Amino acid sequence: MSEALLITAIWLPFIGFLFNGLFSLKKEPISQKAVILFGVGSVLLSFIIFVILTISENAIIMSKTGLGAHFFTWIDVGHLKSDFAYKLDGLSVFMAWIVTGIGMLIHIYSTGYMEEEKPHFARFFAYLNLFIFAMLHLVLGDSLPLLFLGWEGVGLCSYLLIGFDYDKDFAAEAGKKAFITNRIGDAGFLIGMFLLFQHTGTLNYDIMNKFFSENSLDTSLLNLIAICLFIGAMGKSAQFPLYVWLPDAMAGPTPVSALIHAATMVTAGVFMIARLAPVFLGAPEASTFIAFVGGFTALLSALIALTQTDIKKVLAYSTVSQLGYMFMAMGVGAYGAGLFHLMTHAFFKALLFLGSGAVIIALHHEQDMRRMGGLYKHIKLVAILFWIAAIAISGIPGLSGFFSKDMILEMAFTYKYGGSILFLMGFLTAILTSFYIFRLIFLTFHTSGDAVKKMKEAIHHHHDEHGHGHGHHETLHPLRWNILGPLVILGVLSVFGGYVGLPHVITHQTPGIVQYFDKVLAVPPTELSKSWHNHIDGGLAYSLMFGSILVAFIGLLFAWFRYEKQNNIPSEDSKKRSFFVNLSFNKFFVDEIYEIFLLKPIKKLAVFSYKVIDDKIIDAFVDALGKNTLKIGSVFRKMQTGITAHYAFYIAAGTLLLTVIIYGGIK
Amino acid sequence: MIISEIPMSYVLILTLLIFSIGIVGVLTRKNIIVIFMSVELMLNSVNLLFVGYARMWKNLEGEMAVFFVMAVAAAEAAVGLALVISIFRTFHTVDITKIREMKG
Repeated sequence: MSEALLITAIWLPFIGFLFNGLFSLKKEPISQKAVILFGVGSVLLSFIIFVILTISENAIIMSKTGLGAHFFTWIDVGHLKSDFAYKLDGLSVFMAWIVTGIGMLIHIYSTGYMEEEKPHFARFFAYLNLFIFAMLHLVLGDSLPLLFLGWEGVGLCSYLLIGFDYDKDFAAEAGKKAFITNRIGDAGFLIGMFLLFQHTGTLNYDIMNKFFSENSLDTSLLNLIAICLFIGAMGKSAQFPLYVWLPDAMAGPTPVSALIHAATMVTAGVFMIARLAPVFLGAPEASTFIAFVGGFTALLSALIALTQTDIKKVLAYSTVSQLGYMFMAMGVGAYGAGLFHLMTHAFFKALLFLGSGAVIIALHHEQDMRRMGGLYKHIKLVAILFWIAAIAISGIPGLSGFFSKDMILEMAFTYKYGGSILFLMGFLTAILTSFYIFRLIFLTFHTSGDAVKKMKEAIHHHHDEHGHGHGHHETLHPLRWNILGPLVILGVLSVFGGYVGLPHVITHQTPGIVQYFDKVLAVPPTELSKSWHNHIDGGLAYSLMFGSILVAFIGLLFAWFRYEKQNNIPSEDSKKRSFFVNLSFNKFFVDEIYEIFLLKPIKKLAVFSYKVIDDKIIDAFVDALGKNTLKIGSVFRKMQTGITAHYAFYIAAGTLLLTVIIYGGIK
Repeated sequence: MIISEIPMSYVLILTLLIFSIGIVGVLTRKNIIVIFMSVELMLNSVNLLFVGYARMWKNLEGEMAVFFVMAVAAAEAAVGLALVISIFRTFHTVDITKIREMKG
């Protein structure tokens, strides 16, 4: 019974996808009510089923193997067996709640956000449903091939949704960029998967965990596997150097940015590491590498976020930065902290994105913060929720982000192999995070600027650019309950989500969420990574915590001083920027560096292959073959005179010749 | 000289002559009907050979083969002449040097 329920919960969004996908092909758009019924209803129902399952099957789910459900056999070749079989255990139930819960909220929000996109309404929900379906396979599959299927599925949906406005060049380009960058990571992931299969003989989690509990592989081999798998995570979870697609992915509609590019899909890499804990915990050097890549990514993208002026770009770099925190936690073996931050980040970042979407829709698709300001007067509720999310992400105590970020910083500090550098990177990132997020708030909602006035002015300047058919905008677009409702729920979660992981120094016991993951993961990470950490006493832990609280306030004060007090609205004129601002504004020229050092040589190689190897060698060879055949033919075709007597002669002569050859020797 | 005393070598030489005349006719003549007749000549030279050997070995199988050849030749003549008529209708000639559809 519960197996059937689990399968139903996973396949419900697929029904929504089929319904909306098939009807989106019709020329006449079907009624939005029907789309919402199937699109939102399927995800809502799926979430409800997960809630019911979590309550009714709690004991089985919390056991090591979890609740299994076999749907059908998929691959059965030689030793490789992979089925559409699902596994609802402590880790996947945690992810399933986030995916369907936040997914459902964002589906509801989308009914308001996409209202005006009448011809594409059904298509949008079809893609969102397909995404939920794929993401559920990613987190609930009981073997790596099924995880990979979901991994590629969410990648496909990400591509489709980034390029949702496919008639705009930048959106189509951004979609391609996301897809191709992910492809590079996926190659690494596949190699890691092959190596695992080669050495453990299975890709099923349960069998693999059993293998690792009985045998141990060579550490250098495990390091190699972990690095290969992490390359996959670099692509999907936007870590340096493969993070470049995520900021461009903001070309997609804002609910997509919230769901896929902040709350769920991009955390797949973190989930994957937790899922394969026996591999990653057995690979200390690879883990150090992961921690440093995470720390560096966090710092770099926080620096870029400082000067961005597109509201969604700031949030995109912030997401990359927070993902860096998560990988730093996973790298130092603090799996509980990493997954904790995954959850709190899902809450406050979804809130930030949905809030920015509300601002964008209220201003009739204006994303540039330089043309905002003073919005607090007009949309108070959104502004307050934005403040909540910003307080949560900046690490001001009491809200969710503080607990998870503090836990990560503490674990990074005690890490034996370069912990102080990691901590420094994390600490700097914390200051920058606080600064850029409050900068966003002041520029959007406060300052002397008046977004409504600027919007009216913009009508005269950019009249042709407004292709949405809104006509003249004298007032803000009204925000209805389906936009504000999900925001409020996420606001509540952002406030209280952190209380599942109260720090050790307050409660004098291991944080609840860490205990939970020590219990449900295949191997207890805290125990296995104990030797990676120095002991930390209460006093030091307190001072670390106060340090991070202090920097959060410093960031807030500095942002307030610069943007509210001094009213220093960033100039649109690039000449007025200082060198460092320019560096950050231009994203450290990473895209340009890739262009020069990677894309140009590859393009040159492509042109070389085409002009020289293909044209001059392969084509020339084939052409010569054809021409010479013709030449030889033109010699022999002279034999074909068309005069019957000649043919008769050949026959006679041939017969004579054969006769002589065969009987000539006989005496 | 009575027939039974004709030596086999005479038969062979005569057969060879008739066969060669047939081949030369096929290879050199232009008129399709003459070529056709030359083919018949070649067939009949072979018939003669069959008869010659049959007499030599005192065996009737050779003579039997001759009847088969005659029957086949008759059928072949019917088909062949029909083809000749068809060719004449299409090309308005029976000169095979003028019919060069197969020229490469």
